[in-house]
This record gives sequence, C-alpha cells and structure tokens, in this order.
Amino acid sequence: MIQGIPITHILVVSVIMFFTGVMGFIIRQNLIAILLSIELMLNAVVMNFLVFNRYLFPHHLQGHFFGLFVIGVAAAEAALAIALILNVYRRFKHIDPDKLNEMKY
Amino acid sequence: MSLSAIIFYILAATIIIFSILTVTSRRILRAAIYLLFVLVATAGIYFMLNYQFMAAIQLTLYSGGIVVLIIFSIMLTSEVGDKFERPALWKLLAGVSTFIIGTGLTLWVLLSHVFKVSDQQAIDVNMRSIGNSLLSLHKGGFVLPFEVISILLLAVMVAAIIIAKKEEDNTKSDEI
Amino acid sequence: MANFSYTIYILLVPLLIFAIVGIWGGKWKPIISGLIGTFGIAFILVLSYYAAYQYFFVVNHVGHYKQIVAMNFLWLPFNKILNVHMGILLDPISAMMLIVVPTISLMSHWYSLGYMKGERGFARYYAFLSLFTFSMLGLVLSTDILQMFIFYELVGVSSYLLIGFYYQRPSAVAAAKKAFIVTRFADFGFLVGILVLVYYTHSFDFMQITDPHSPVFRTILGKAFLGYSVLAWALSLIFVGAAGKSAMFPFHIWLPDAMEGPTPVSALIHAATMVVAGVFTVARIFPIYVHYTPNVLLMIGYVGGFTSLFAALIAMTQFDIKRVLAYSTLSQIGYMMVGLGVSRYGGEEGLGYTAAMFHLFTHAMFKALLFLGAGSIIHAVHSNFMQKMGALRKYMPITHITFLVAALAISGIPPFAGFFSKDKILEAAFMHNRLLFWVEYITAGLTAFYIFRLYFKVFWWTDEPQCDCKPHESPSTMTIPLIILAILSSTVGFIPFNKFVTPDLKAFPVETDWGLVSASVAIGLLGLGFAWFLYRKENDLPDKIVNALGKLYQWTYDKFYIDEIYLFITKKILFNLVARPIAWFDRHIVDGFMVGVAIVTGKTAEKIKGFQSGHLQQYAFVFIASVLIIALTVLYFIGA
Repeated sequence: MIQGIPITHILVVSVIMFFTGVMGFIIRQNLIAILLSIELMLNAVVMNFLVFNRYLFPHHLQGHFFGLFVIGVAAAEAALAIALILNVYRRFKHIDPDKLNEMKY
Repeated sequence: MSLSAIIFYILAATIIIFSILTVTSRRILRAAIYLLFVLVATAGIYFMLNYQFMAAIQLTLYSGGIVVLIIFSIMLTSEVGDKFERPALWKLLAGVSTFIIGTGLTLWVLLSHVFKVSDQQAIDVNMRSIGNSLLSLHKGGFVLPFEVISILLLAVMVAAIIIAKKEEDNTKSDEI
Repeated sequence: MANFSYTIYILLVPLLIFAIVGIWGGKWKPIISGLIGTFGIAFILVLSYYAAYQYFFVVNHVGHYKQIVAMNFLWLPFNKILNVHMGILLDPISAMMLIVVPTISLMSHWYSLGYMKGERGFARYYAFLSLFTFSMLGLVLSTDILQMFIFYELVGVSSYLLIGFYYQRPSAVAAAKKAFIVTRFADFGFLVGILVLVYYTHSFDFMQITDPHSPVFRTILGKAFLGYSVLAWALSLIFVGAAGKSAMFPFHIWLPDAMEGPTPVSALIHAATMVVAGVFTVARIFPIYVHYTPNVLLMIGYVGGFTSLFAALIAMTQFDIKRVLAYSTLSQIGYMMVGLGVSRYGGEEGLGYTAAMFHLFTHAMFKALLFLGAGSIIHAVHSNFMQKMGALRKYMPITHITFLVAALAISGIPPFAGFFSKDKILEAAFMHNRLLFWVEYITAGLTAFYIFRLYFKVFWWTDEPQCDCKPHESPSTMTIPLIILAILSSTVGFIPFNKFVTPDLKAFPVETDWGLVSASVAIGLLGLGFAWFLYRKENDLPDKIVNALGKLYQWTYDKFYIDEIYLFITKKILFNLVARPIAWFDRHIVDGFMVGVAIVTGKTAEKIKGFQSGHLQQYAFVFIASVLIIALTVLYFIGA
C-alpha cells in the first residue's frame, strides 16, 4: 500500500479511467480509437485488481495474477482486433463504425 | 504531505487528464501517444504499490507491445495529418451522459462503502514467489490458467495470421 | 417339442432383401438385384417348407394339431390387459400359407427375371416384391390381431407400389390410387371392428380370440347395439376389411384396374396371395364366427356367392385377357367365401372350411399359372386384347399346354386341382344351403365357359394371329416356372386336406358323393363344350348371340355400371355436398387465421426492425445504459 493514500483515492482514478473508456467507445468514429478506449477500460480493471489485492488481501496473490492474465488476454484481443480492423480496411477502404452496417436487419 | 503522496497525486492527475485526452483528441496518432502516457503512469502506480513485476509487464507488454502494434495499424489505415470530424451530437450526448451518470453512480457506491483495509503482513512479491505460484499445482497455484492463456495466445497468433491474410479470390470476386 | 425359432428368418430375410436391394439396387447391374431377390425367396421357400413339414408331420400327429406360438414378444404394452404382441403363430392354415406364399412368390420372382428384363426400375421392382413377400408372410403368421392389421396395411402399400410400378402411365397411377383408397377404406372397417372386439374382450391375442370357449368372450355376450349383438357388429366390420382386401362386392372395383401392374405382380398379389388375405382373415377367426354369429357367417356366404356369380358373368364378356382373369379371381374368391359361409364347426360339419382353404391352395397354383401364362402371351403379342391373338398354339407350345392345364383345373375337370376343391365346396353348400349350392353350381358352368372362351380365342379361333407381330415362345426363365406350376396344378388336388386343415384342428373322414361329383364335372364339361362349340373356329355365331342379348350383354360388358355408380356417389354427391364446404372452410377460415397470424407478425417485424440498426456504438450505448438503469433500480430498491 502507498503510505498516506486511502484506497478510495486510487479507486476514483480507476473509475474515471474506466468511464472515460466507455465514453470513448461511444463517441469515437474510428475502430482503432475504439480499440484505444477498450484498452483504457481494461487497464482500469487491472488496476482495480491490484489495488484491492494490495489493500484488502495483502497475504494473497490472486488479484495480482488476475491482473497478469487480463494483460495477457488484452494483448491477445488487441492482436486479433487489429487483424480484423486491417481486414475491414482492406475490404471497405475505411474503418468508420457508422458506415459498417451491412449486417443490419 | 509525504513525497509518495505527492508522486501519487501527480500520477493520478496524469492518468485522468491523458485518459480524457485519449478519447477526445481528434488526431488518432496523438490519441495513441496519450494512451501510452496513461499506461506508463499506471505502471508508476504499480511501482508504488510495490508490484514491480506487474509494473514491468505493464511497461513492456502494454506500453511497449500493444501501443506499438496500434501505432503500426494506425500507420496502415490513415494518413498522418488526418483529423477526425467532430462526433455527431447524439453520440456526444450519449457518451458524456453515460460518463457522468456511470462515474457518479459508481463513485457514490464506492464512497458510501467502508473498506476494511487489512493489516496483515504482506507477502513479498518477488520473482521466486511469482514463478512458484504460476507453475504450482497446489492450492494458490495458477498452472491451469497459465496453460490456458498460452493456448489462447497460440490460437490468437494463428487466427490473426489467417484473418489478416490477403485472400486471392477476393480481388477476383470484386472484379466480377 | 421342436424349436421353431428359425421361423423368424422367414420374415427377416425378405425384409433384409427389400432394404438391401432398395438402397443399393439402383447402383448394381439389374440382374444382380433380380438374383438376390430370387435366391433370397428360394431360401425362404426351403425354410418355410421345412417349417410346414415339421408342423404337419413331426411336431404333431397327423390329424391332431395344436396352435403353436413359435415366438412372441411384447411390442406395445398399453396397460395390464391390453398388450400388443408381435410374433409368429403356427397352425394348420398359417402352415398352409407358408407353402403357398413362398411358392408363388418364388415362381413370380423367377418368371420376372425374364418378363421384366430391360425394364426401367428392375431393382425397384424386386425390392417391392420382397417387401410384399415379407408383408404377406407377416400377415399369415400373425399372433395378434393388431399385428395382422399392420401387415394388412403393409400388404396394401406394397400392392399400391407394384400396381403403380409403371408410374409414367396415368392409368397405372389411377389404378394404384384406386386400389389403395378402396382397400384403405375397407381397412377402416377392419380397424373399427378390431377396436370394438378388443374393447370388450380385452385381448388382441389370436390364441384367445380364436378359442370360442375362452373367458374373454364373457363380457361381450349379451351386449347389443341397434338390435344386433356387439360381437356381430365387430365381426361384420372385420369382414368389411376382409372384403376390401379380397375384393368382394361392393369393394371389387379395384381389382380389375389393378391389372395395370406388371403381370407377375398380378399373378402373385392379385390372384394368389394378397386377395385371399380376406379369406384367410375370416378363416383365422372362423371359430368365433361360427359359434357366436352364424348370421354374419351366412351373410359372408351370400356376399361370396353373389360376387362369384356376378364376376363370372362379367368375365364372360370381357376382351382384355387380364381382366377376364381378374374377374375370374373375384369369382373364385367368392367360392372360398361361400365355402366358409356354409361351414359349421367340428367333424364333417367343418367341410366347408376345409374346402375353402383347399380351394385357396389350389386356386393359388392354377390362377398364378393362368396369369403367368397370360403374361407370356402378352410378352409375345404385346397386347392385352384377345382380338389381337388367335392360333397361338402353333407358336407357343409350352405356354399353350400349361395354360390348358390351368384352364382345366379352374373348370373343375378331374384330375386337375380345381376339381377336388371346388367339388368339396359344392358338397358343403349342398349339405347346408341349397340356394348357395345352385348359385355356385351355375357359376361353375360359367367358369368353365369363360375360361375356355379365353383359351380358344387365344390359342385357336383364327389360323394366324391377328397382330402385326411375330409370336414366339418365351425364354426359359419364364417357361420353367410355368411348367412347375402346371405340374403343381395337376397334382396338388390329391392332397387329403381333410386330414390337415380343419376348423377344430382334428381330422375328419370324407365321403364322396358321387352324384354331386358327376354333376359338377358335367356342368364343367358343358361349359367347356359350349365354349368349344362357339370359339374353336372363327365364326360369327358369338356376335349373333351378342346381338340377340342386346341390352343384357351391354350391361354385363360395362360391368353392371358399378364403377359409374361409385363415381356418381363420390363426384356428384360427396364432392359437391361434403368436400366443397369443408374445402371452403379450410381455405377461408383455417387458412385465413394462419395467414392473419403471419401478416401480423410480418407487419410488427417491419415496424421494429429499425432497432437492428447495425451501428456498433448504438448497441454499446444501449447496453451500458441498460446496465446503469438496472444498477440504479437495484440500488433504489435495496436502499443502499
């Protein structure tokens, strides 16, 4: 734990980071920007895991490892998402999510 | 205020400011760089929490790996000078209101809850204990998720290659 | 007690052949399917003969038979009382059918190798023949009346498939439909009869419901409906089913049309085996008929007598040789029904039953022979009409001789098979019912006349055939079965049936009434002689007689307008008064409701499909907003 810093302060940071990610997901017009927002959200989650682990259960390591695995999954997800985005770009010559609505109805 | 508190607040301010910049910047490359700052600052918080290994992972994998990957894909899909149009009004409204309501709600719950901070002796998180836990079959061991993650990474590698591969038939069907 | 468990293969082998030939036959050379079918039936023939031999001579003493359940398993357990079994029941009549069915089936298979050569759907033909053989054997071996019904339907289906074998011909399709619908209609009566019977007796089992002293009848006696006992209703309805399959009047209309099928099929199904299923059914439950409902039995006798006379009259005027034979079949089945109708139970009184079964046996042989002979003729002349034939004896010696044997057999000229059985039926009728005796006596004369009219018209009449073809003897695959059947037709009459097949399973002595014998031979010879006189040489006497008869001939020639009456009833009355309103109701009310449901669904979908906008971020927003709303609601109610 960080000396003199209560847990809520760190959590406030992560909450703001998470909802910034949510907001970005909704307002951005570019698939890569949306991917950036997702990374923000994931990052906030990882941070929460670690903070809870350190402050509330310092004698265990579960939170730590969960964070580790989330980072692993995030890396996998990013790689896959970028592959998809590149494929979309190749086919449609743009990556604007508003125009990618062929699958509607 | 102690030095560590000052450092923490600086890091927290960095995270919040650059997070917001990441989702509002109209130049995609800048947004990626702002994300890099956020990730680095988060790594700093991990250092302060005394999770050196996580901080290292954060720096190498997130800041080093993913962000570089994203920047590459940005290079491939857009021109350097491109600027986004302003988002549509309904999107802006929806996004901002979600942000405000979500943050408010969560913070309200968070602040009205009393966390019981543990005073137990913290485990020393060094490379030895991490390695032992990761490969341990016993209670508190993580060998199964470890293996699952490794399989996932392999699968993703294959899938990414297949998805991003150029399809030769595609061009033909386009011509028709 | 010998083990009869091998009899299951009598059923399984043809089913297996049906499956194999039906699935893969189309890929093989046609002859392979034919050979598989033929050898399979030959195998069954050996098994069946062995089973019949064991039953008649090894397991039982000759003259004292028991019903033996060779195997039986529970198929449908409804409740404690009503259990439907599937199994194999051996008794004298089923053992007899074990000889008849495979014999005729093998002959038809063998004959078809030549007759059907080069036809489209050769493998399909053999698959259906095997299916039919399976169904017919299942029918005669049933242990359970519901099992019998199931095989009744299977027989009907295979008959339908084989009548409609030349499905490119509209007439064959129509004939197949007609046969199926008429028999299905009659089978409905059978089913209702079964249900009524079983509702009161609580037993499907033939072992119980063919034993008149069985306790299962206690509940049904004394129950009455519309002035007749319930048992009489049930048994009459069962006879309706039997009449449908056996083409008794008024259900006879399908059989002549069924001649659209290939000729070996007509020989197997529509002469020798399937059409006697009705006779077999009546014989199977004969003990109840005779014990409880003698009036129904008498009615069966009258229906049979009427049909036999009626069909014989029509047969005299027809020119299509297969139709003549079809009406002849009707007439002969009528004979069998008369035999059953005039029979009593026990000892010599059961002569009619024995004679009916005997006639079934001999009729199968000589009628199959007649049909196969007709097939051979048609194969040579490429026409069904006897105007196109004549003088064929010079070109087809083997067919000629075998056909003559069969004709003599059906006319009741000794020593051929038909004489013995027909004579016994006449004798039984003479003992118990003089009216039926006279009807049958006249019919015997008519039979001899029409069959020899056919014979002389085909083989004599002119000096040269009237067709522009070159008649020739058929290949040996066709003539050998003819020869075998001719030998059988001239010898099976000497089997002492009174020792083997009797209603009470005990042999009885038979005294021959020489007066009757000579009378029946005389009338047969009279018919024969009359036909010889009219048709041996080409002349215009027959035409003169036709003109003299005028309207009467026309009526007979048009089969007494029975088909037209049916058409009038169905087309004019049923279709207009019943079917049309129902169709209207179906089209407008039932369909309308369904269409309404579909329209409402479609319109609603049209309205709400905008939700599925394809905008990723809209989805995300709705998702997040919903989560937040749910969270708010939960928090509000928990009161955090």
